[in-house]
Amino acid sequence: MRYARSFAAFWWDFIVGDDWRVAAGVAIALGLTAALTDYGWSAWWLLPLAVAVLLGRSLQRATRSG
Amino acid sequence: MSSTVILFLAVFAASAVEAVEALTIVLAVGVVRGWRSTLIGVGAASLVLAAVVAALGPALTHVPISSLRLVVGALLLAFGLQWLRKAILRASGFMAQRDEAVAFERERAEAGAAASHGASSMDWYSFTVAFKGVLLEGLEVAFIVITFGSTQGQLGLAAAAAGAALVLVATVGVLVHAPLSRVPENTIKFAVGLLLTTFGIFWAAEGAGVSWPGDELALLGLLGFLAALAFFLVELLRRQRLSLQPGEA
Repeated sequence: MRYARSFAAFWWDFIVGDDWRVAAGVAIALGLTAALTDYGWSAWWLLPLAVAVLLGRSLQRATRSG
Repeated sequence: MSSTVILFLAVFAASAVEAVEALTIVLAVGVVRGWRSTLIGVGAASLVLAAVVAALGPALTHVPISSLRLVVGALLLAFGLQWLRKAILRASGFMAQRDEAVAFERERAEAGAAASHGASSMDWYSFTVAFKGVLLEGLEVAFIVITFGSTQGQLGLAAAAAGAALVLVATVGVLVHAPLSRVPENTIKFAVGLLLTTFGIFWAAEGAGVSWPGDELALLGLLGFLAALAFFLVELLRRQRLSLQPGEA
């Protein structure tokens, strides 16, 4: 059980890291991109825009708490 | 063509910085406690990493390319944003820059303080520290090789780029016999963060069904956009930090 927990913690830290909101935001932005594309819209701009917002907000949180 | 060159550079640079960090650990343990057990640890970790790449890489080529790009792109994007976030915090002064000389001294002090292996032929402390150091730093390299290689259908090229970086760092490490503190590690990490995020956005969006304007040329546009954004954020945070500590200007 301890090994399973530390294995999961390793992968969480590896992929998600210090700010889970960034990973969650990426997942939501990707879902929106897929939905818009499905409706026939050109949604290439959405992910770069989402990254700019997510990165900016995450850095804001990090520097406020630091 | 452009994506192949950027792919090679991204994997090479990411592998080089991880290899520099692993080299620091291996050198510190080897110098203090001897080389035999340390090198056995390095060899064992290298075998595990090679097995991971050899097993997962070809297996992923059987997954449909759009699903692969969606999943790999999303993972790479989350992973790349971590690198970029830390690089921006380091460049703006909110996080300490990584210093290999300091890391080397810390590892050396810990290795010296650990219990001696006595008459036993195997020093398990050296083996474990070297194995763990190489495996943990190497897993990031393996992840990048597998994701870049399988998504672009160029696993061989990605593995060659990582191999070239490892050989270069190991050769320089053997020659200078000291941690590679002159390598502009923090700058390379910044560039790697930009490249991982660029490819992550490109592949994840393609996997979600997006057609990029200009096809692969969009990679260069994305890289330019992210670089401009990152430099803007560094400058913004630097000014914020200086306004909080006016004496440091």
